[in-house]
Amino acid sequence: MSGGPHAPEPDDFDHVTVRDVSRTFGRRRALARVSLDCRAGEILAVLGPNGAGKSTLLGILATLMRPTDGEIRYGARTAAEAGDGLRGRIGVLGHDLFLYGELTARENLRFFGRLYGVGDLDGTVDAALTAARLSDRADDRAGAFSRGLRQRLALERALLHAPRLVLLDEPFTGLDDDSAAHLSARLRDLRRRGAIVVMATHDFETADAVVDRAVCLDNGRVRDVAAGPGPLRERYRHALREARA
Amino acid sequence: MTRTLQAAWTIARKDLRIEARSRELVYTTLFFAVACLLVFAFAFVRERPIDNAAAGILWVALAFSGTLALGRTFERERQGETLRALLLAPVERGAVYLGKLIALLLLMAAVELIVVPIVGLLFSAPLLRAPALLAGLLALGTIGFAAIGTLFAAMLVRASSRDVLLPILLYPMTAPLLIAGVQGTAAIFADEPNLALAENWLAMLLFFDAVVVTVALWVFGAVMTE
Repeated sequence: MSGGPHAPEPDDFDHVTVRDVSRTFGRRRALARVSLDCRAGEILAVLGPNGAGKSTLLGILATLMRPTDGEIRYGARTAAEAGDGLRGRIGVLGHDLFLYGELTARENLRFFGRLYGVGDLDGTVDAALTAARLSDRADDRAGAFSRGLRQRLALERALLHAPRLVLLDEPFTGLDDDSAAHLSARLRDLRRRGAIVVMATHDFETADAVVDRAVCLDNGRVRDVAAGPGPLRERYRHALREARA
Repeated sequence: MTRTLQAAWTIARKDLRIEARSRELVYTTLFFAVACLLVFAFAFVRERPIDNAAAGILWVALAFSGTLALGRTFERERQGETLRALLLAPVERGAVYLGKLIALLLLMAAVELIVVPIVGLLFSAPLLRAPALLAGLLALGTIGFAAIGTLFAAMLVRASSRDVLLPILLYPMTAPLLIAGVQGTAAIFADEPNLALAENWLAMLLFFDAVVVTVALWVFGAVMTE
């Protein structure tokens, strides 16, 4: 099955360090001196109200955005030091699904597989279609799929090249219970294989079952959500109250 | 370099596959260009066409229809935010630019294959007087126009007023190119052709293209990183 990191590559990393990262858009501050660490084999949830800066943080981690201040290290190197190859170790499932509606499920996967230089493309794509449970609809246009099916396909697209760092923005959106359970199982599989998973979500109940650690972003500032007993939603609310106190 | 070219071709092939399936761009661009030519033909052709009209009308039709194609090709990448997905690929970001440029060039070339003979027919333009020179002018003019347009269209893909901004940015920047194209083509079509002059305009287009493509490849990655 596709989706887990294969044998470590020479430029692989086992942790990501965010140090004092700030980002402004004009006069609006999206992130303010955010620091956090993510380790291999860990699923980190980034929680927070709408507009808190979660997607901005994921965008910066994905190298799509530059921080205004601060730095991110992928292992020992920054994105600038690691070069274009770094993006081959990052998989992103955005809120928008990064799929071409005019192409079939198989064509979408083959296209991105080629761009990422995936070896054994046919085998990898077949495995990804199986993982997405879309083998029987492999030659249907992605635009004809329901949101849930597209979400499953988009997840496999993001994992096609076996990334080390997996960034997920609201991955449970539009999924039915069965698909959400399937996604949770995929996330556990990624953790077992040593991926670093960072997930922005509002789906506390589903996330509670898979995440190892959570942080809360509010008004661009980060705060740890306490580990321990109690549902994630309650612990998040407590962290948010403390942050605003 | 090979990896960059491979990635560019992969992106171009994807665009062409989508276009072959929808035929949306080629139909809209072609119909728009032909409609332009017909309107101009009714306005400017009486017993014989006005001098130099054919050259100007040909380039106006190509520029306007090219703008239409530019906007739409990036609109596709905006749906589903697929441009971001392309920028996430582990290849030089210039490959994304090059891929989009190649696809647009092939599309515009397909439209020109139909539009240019129609210009010959409607405006009695002597297309076969210096066919290689004319093809060179059209090819280099199209490359320059598409090269600038691809860069601006990519930069504006997330701007809410992109439909307004694209022509505002594009036409002033491509004015030298369009002037060179019109003058070169007019020199070929004239009653007393001046092929040496047309060659000079061709050289200018070549220089323009070299500068534009180099600068675009250089800055594309930087301007696309938010």
